[in-house]
Amino acid sequence: MLNRRDLIKYGSAGAAVAVLGVPQLALAETVPTTDDRIKEFTGGAQIGEGKVSLSTPEIAENGNTVPVEVSVESPMTAEDHVAEVLILADGNPRPGVATFKFTEMSGEAFASTRIRLAMTQDVVAVAKMSDGTFQMARNTVKVTIGGCGG
Amino acid sequence: MAKPKPRVKVPKKAKAGEVITIKTLISHKMESGQRKDKKTGELIPRQIINNFKAEFNGQLVFETDLEPAVSSNPYIQFSMKVPESGEVVFTWTDDDGSVYTTSKKIAVG
Repeated sequence: MLNRRDLIKYGSAGAAVAVLGVPQLALAETVPTTDDRIKEFTGGAQIGEGKVSLSTPEIAENGNTVPVEVSVESPMTAEDHVAEVLILADGNPRPGVATFKFTEMSGEAFASTRIRLAMTQDVVAVAKMSDGTFQMARNTVKVTIGGCGG
Repeated sequence: MAKPKPRVKVPKKAKAGEVITIKTLISHKMESGQRKDKKTGELIPRQIINNFKAEFNGQLVFETDLEPAVSSNPYIQFSMKVPESGEVVFTWTDDDGSVYTTSKKIAVG
């Protein structure tokens, strides 16, 4: 039968398990940060600047639908084209927004969509070229009313 | 949710080799999976359009993976080079496995 002593013993063992268990659980649920996502996308390669133009409003009154437009300088031929562009929102609970994939049929590396921004933050666009190099651009958007629901 | 309704805007005619702009929109709530039900306090499960692609005569033109930060009724605009007459087929894929498609013809001349 369990007496008071045993209970304390098992209880503390249980508590120890709980303490050890919690960090692992927390680790499993960690949301990748903007830097994590960029690293995953580029494989740690160096990122240049200047070829990506990212167009966002300076001030977004409604964070629920913020227009974002991205275009990348490129001849868009089979040998030399933009393969993918990763869009990230640095200040959202989850930074991932979208990945645009282009082909030589795209004609130009251009895409536009509307995104949710939780608060004033940077929007980041990272472009992967067909030759394996990377380019990026970063814009700050001031958000008046956040767009991630109550 | 009402059945998502895709809408696309594609020029009917183009010159050979011309780069055209295509605009697409689909009615979808894009439930982020981050919102809580106001009555029960429980998380509303995520349900979004997670992929969109456009193909011309069977060849991929443009594709995008979407995440919950894309606004409801996702709007996507992109470009396409028209090599010949043909048909653009648009496909949206829902988290629940549903696939919504529509298509538009383009005449070169």
